Amino acid sequence: MDRFRMIFQYFQSNSESVMNGICGLLALASVKMYTSFDFNCPCLPKYNMAYGLGIMFLPPTALFLCGLILNRQSLVMLEEWKRPTGGRKKDLAIIRYMCSSIMQRAMIAPVIWIIVTLLDGKCFVCAFSASVDPEKFVGFANVTPTQTQLLLSKVPCKDDELVKNNPARKAISRYLKCWSQALGWSVLLILIVVAFLARSLRPCFNQAAFLQTRYWSNYIDIEQKIFDETCCEHARDFAHKCILHFFESMQQEIKLRRFNAPREEADRGEGEEDHLRGITDQEQMNELLKSWYYSKPPLDVSQATQRQQSVGRERLSVPWADSLSNRGNAPEKPKTSRQTDV
Amino acid sequence: MDKFRMIFQFLQSNQESFMNGICGIMALASAQMYSAFDFNCPCLPSYNLAYGMGILFVPPLVLFLLGFVMNNNVSVLAEEWKRPTGMRQKDPAVLRYMFCSMAQRAMIAPAVWISVTLLDGKCFMCAFSTSVPVEKLGNGSYTGLSEKEMRRMLARIPCKEIYSGQELVAREVAVRYLRCISQALGWSFVLLMTMLAFLVRALRPCFTQAAFLKSKYWSHYIDIERKLFDETCTEHAKTFAKVCIQQFFEAMNQDMGLGHTHSPEAAPSEVGEEKEKLLGITDQGTMNKLLKSWHKCKPTLCLHQEVLQNGNSWVEENQHRNHISLPKREIITYYSKV
Repeated sequence: MDRFRMIFQYFQSNSESVMNGICGLLALASVKMYTSFDFNCPCLPKYNMAYGLGIMFLPPTALFLCGLILNRQSLVMLEEWKRPTGGRKKDLAIIRYMCSSIMQRAMIAPVIWIIVTLLDGKCFVCAFSASVDPEKFVGFANVTPTQTQLLLSKVPCKDDELVKNNPARKAISRYLKCWSQALGWSVLLILIVVAFLARSLRPCFNQAAFLQTRYWSNYIDIEQKIFDETCCEHARDFAHKCILHFFESMQQEIKLRRFNAPREEADRGEGEEDHLRGITDQEQMNELLKSWYYSKPPLDVSQATQRQQSVGRERLSVPWADSLSNRGNAPEKPKTSRQTDV
Repeated sequence: MDKFRMIFQFLQSNQESFMNGICGIMALASAQMYSAFDFNCPCLPSYNLAYGMGILFVPPLVLFLLGFVMNNNVSVLAEEWKRPTGMRQKDPAVLRYMFCSMAQRAMIAPAVWISVTLLDGKCFMCAFSTSVPVEKLGNGSYTGLSEKEMRRMLARIPCKEIYSGQELVAREVAVRYLRCISQALGWSFVLLMTMLAFLVRALRPCFTQAAFLKSKYWSHYIDIERKLFDETCTEHAKTFAKVCIQQFFEAMNQDMGLGHTHSPEAAPSEVGEEKEKLLGITDQGTMNKLLKSWHKCKPTLCLHQEVLQNGNSWVEENQHRNHISLPKREIITYYSKV
């Protein structure tokens, strides 16, 4: 159990490697989906093109959206984009960086689908068989134009009686498949060249700003994760103490009724780490969560050591003073009697 | 668990050994791609050559570029090439070494594709079926066909079902001929590649071995340094986030006027540890400055502080750069402790 948790934590620790893993899985799923999909060309004049192009472009769109949904970073990016400025300025470069990173990963599975489709050729043959010039191929002499169209649209169906023994069928099929494969390889080549240029030329442009953007985008991701973990710990402690308090108050009630001598107060777990950090009731927690969204703290932790020496609010640094005084001016909510007194 | 992590880290630690693994996988993938690819000769006079040559050369180009794209050293190389000189000199020999090492690895998968294609023969046959020497192999005296007709007929050689020129030249004869040439070319290519690799490997120590060892070392160093820098930045970001969130909770605590007396951390030693992990970088502006000077002015490859102060050329120029480098010097000595 421990080992499983450690492996899980290791993979989750670096969110980029998790995303690369998901990306690879989606790509494999895309290939597998294509091979198990039973392609079934309608072999009718107007339907061929719609079916062929639909199979070529609709699944990639679905895969792209899947890639966006499965990426945790898209939520982080949207949150960073839409949050109020609060004590921390927003940097558009970070949002752009996160957006482009998300898009790049999401585009891999759709591109693989399109390339596999083109290299296989069935789709292309189905979609464009009716657009071939019949004069290039023997076997269409003395045929009316409508009949030609009908015959051409039946080319993808090998077993159809009309074109079964027509020598031109295989020729047309081969011709279209050849174009389809050429197109597939060209698309692949262009994409790889673009990827190669992007990778090798990026350090030539504004590398210092890029390092900063990458660091802060990583930071935002980590901060969100640690905040969630901190809240979880807090909730656990909160619940624990709440329940303990409840049991103790029940015990006290019983003792009072029985007129027993009051027991010594048990250790309130001073040895354990205090995860509550002073936030001990519902309104406080709600206030904290609201404030986390509306007014994120500035990126300055140099106050950590100064805080311990002195008491009082006036020594708080300027970047926080404004937001704190704003919060202080908000109307105080009345505290209910369910406060846990720790 | 530790073992698993150690293995993973080991494979990732050295980019070269990692790339060797990727290289092998790509070579296998290349062979697999070829067998899965449905070769489909168009059997038309002008299309055959284009298709055949396309299949012979475009996938290797794709695989070659993919080998570069998947190699992290590409951006390291470009970064090292384009960075401002700062306090660390640039060595073109190191850049050349990195480039050669990447190119060698990237060439393996394309070479496998070309060899497999030639040894299989379908591609060659498709591309050159119209160039078959009819006088030698077939019935040269077969007249009654224009040049164009003959070419069209020969172009159908790869397609068994529609070949109708049996009187001109028997299909099996032509196929055997073309396949024989293709396989001969394939084996020659394999031999040539192997010979080249052998010569490069065997003769390299004869030329400037000392300089080669130097380039190899510093090229590994640059790779490792970048990785460690990224890891340090990630650790720093984690600690920064932890401290930032702790302070946020405390600020909320104080803001709501609760005045509970509780210690933020269990012990001062923990605070000290966190502070040490931050390495003195405690706000956004300082971090940005650090990252900028990492690019613009990498620290010198020298771990003794006295040398920096004694070196005349460094004392004369850019005094303020030395000041900026002070935090970086701390980082270097921190590493040396580890």
